[in-house]
Amino acid sequence: MTSVNFDPLRIRKDFPTLAQTVNGKPLTYLDNAATSQKPRAVLDAIDSYYEQDNANVHRGIHELSRRATIAYEEARGKVAGWINAADPSECIWTRGTTEAINLVAVAWGLDNVGEGDEILISVMEHHSNIVPWQMLASRTGATLRYIEIDDDGRLVLDDLDALLTERTKIVAISHVSNSLGTINPVKRITEAAHAVGAIVMVDGAQGAVHTRVDVQDLCCDFYAFGGHKMCGPTGIGVLWGRRELLDAMSPFQGGGEMIHIVGREESSWAAVPHKFEAGTPNIAGAIGLGAAVDYLSEIGIEDIEAHEREIVAYAMEKLGAVPGIRIYGPTSLDERSAVISFTMGDAHPHDISTILDSDGVAVRAGHHCAQLVMKHFGVSATARASFYLYNTKEDVDRLVEGLAQVAAIFG
Amino acid sequence: MDTPQLSSLYQQLILEHYRNPRNKAELDEKTVEIHMANPVCGDEVRLQLRIEGDQIAEAKFIGSGCSISQAAVSMMTTRLQGANLEEADTLAKRFTEMMHGDESASKDKTLGDLRALQGVSKFPVRIKCALLGFDALQEALKKEVGELGGEPH
Repeated sequence: MTSVNFDPLRIRKDFPTLAQTVNGKPLTYLDNAATSQKPRAVLDAIDSYYEQDNANVHRGIHELSRRATIAYEEARGKVAGWINAADPSECIWTRGTTEAINLVAVAWGLDNVGEGDEILISVMEHHSNIVPWQMLASRTGATLRYIEIDDDGRLVLDDLDALLTERTKIVAISHVSNSLGTINPVKRITEAAHAVGAIVMVDGAQGAVHTRVDVQDLCCDFYAFGGHKMCGPTGIGVLWGRRELLDAMSPFQGGGEMIHIVGREESSWAAVPHKFEAGTPNIAGAIGLGAAVDYLSEIGIEDIEAHEREIVAYAMEKLGAVPGIRIYGPTSLDERSAVISFTMGDAHPHDISTILDSDGVAVRAGHHCAQLVMKHFGVSATARASFYLYNTKEDVDRLVEGLAQVAAIFG
Repeated sequence: MDTPQLSSLYQQLILEHYRNPRNKAELDEKTVEIHMANPVCGDEVRLQLRIEGDQIAEAKFIGSGCSISQAAVSMMTTRLQGANLEEADTLAKRFTEMMHGDESASKDKTLGDLRALQGVSKFPVRIKCALLGFDALQEALKKEVGELGGEPH
């Protein structure tokens, strides 16, 4: 249950984009797993930085640079708090989740994975948690192995102990599936992986957005998430890593900011996190994400999660009653986050999305960068409705009404 | 901007071709095959042609995807049977012009049933769906002309 103070109608007023009509209808935004809308507080924080404090960070002695540096590093502290990192220096700014995973695959992977080693991922992964590992495997001669999924869209973990061997160097797994909404038992996987000496990278693109994340409790080694799905701007994300791993790693990119001393032939590196932050960073993005963390913290992630559960339960009930619909992913609400993927009769998801759009209802249609999931279920695409703190039961009703029009055209 | 009408998009003829696609089968004696996919949405078409001289003796396709992409390629194949290469090229160009809003193209009777797809031009994100089969056709023609002009057939 959400607390009495939680009011999605009041929250909606914080989001300028939500107060518009699309195709003559009020916007019903149900594409939050792709990106969330931004509250006024985040937009103001970015504006205020550019209008008052704009300067490069960690370089100038002057006042503006001092202010920009403070705001930028304060934001790092905020995201560290969001995932309960032991220290802000364990949080590296990246362009997003994708770059964070690539950073680990390159900077950790090339030094620690060799021929004959194994990398374990799952069929459920977003392409951004598949392709970097394929690239690492092909560069090192390592083997990529997969955890399969069952017909409820859950990881098949019965044979996890067989999949993990002494050759397994890293397990890369999503916290929450972007295409199915499945919440994965990360801690169980982490414990099993550590037992064979493998480290665990968690793709938290859909995780840290919807639920309380405690990286120390999860016992993982890396956790990646992006800003734009949690009310922050695009182009900013975070890689959290255990300090001793980060200290031992080679840099990802070379340039300014990441060096200690530069010589003619070789250079030495700055300490973490700066070792991994070559070049002028996305300062405004970091400050914007810091403001998003403040905004979400004030509302409370527990309330947001409880609200989303209510909406998802309502949506599963209402959508489940639509004739011809097929819903993918776990039926148990305890195992499902705020994502519902579905198909409907012989109406292609693209057509479903166009018809819903004519009613102002925004959903995603396609393979959701999860072609292995689509293949498992024998479909080329699904329609996906995904919810966030500002969605209401009325939004679900509009979705269901829109689907009646799909049935009228394709039924 | 006026709200585009769904009824102009989902015409009965389009839905009919989607449900009962014409010439959807493997062509055993194909001389050229082009595979086109839209990686964004997963729409796919494998266009297969048997070309004899400068004539398309037979056109078939295998595909999957949305109603617009599949209806467009189905309608396209009905216009290709027996057409010569120049006619096929003109058809692809006229259809593309219609998708980009050319009024005269939308009145061009040589497009036949394909004119039912005119409404797609009002839905910019769906235009590439309608063009998938025609992009395959233009690739096929390019390949064919290249082969005719280059090495002996």
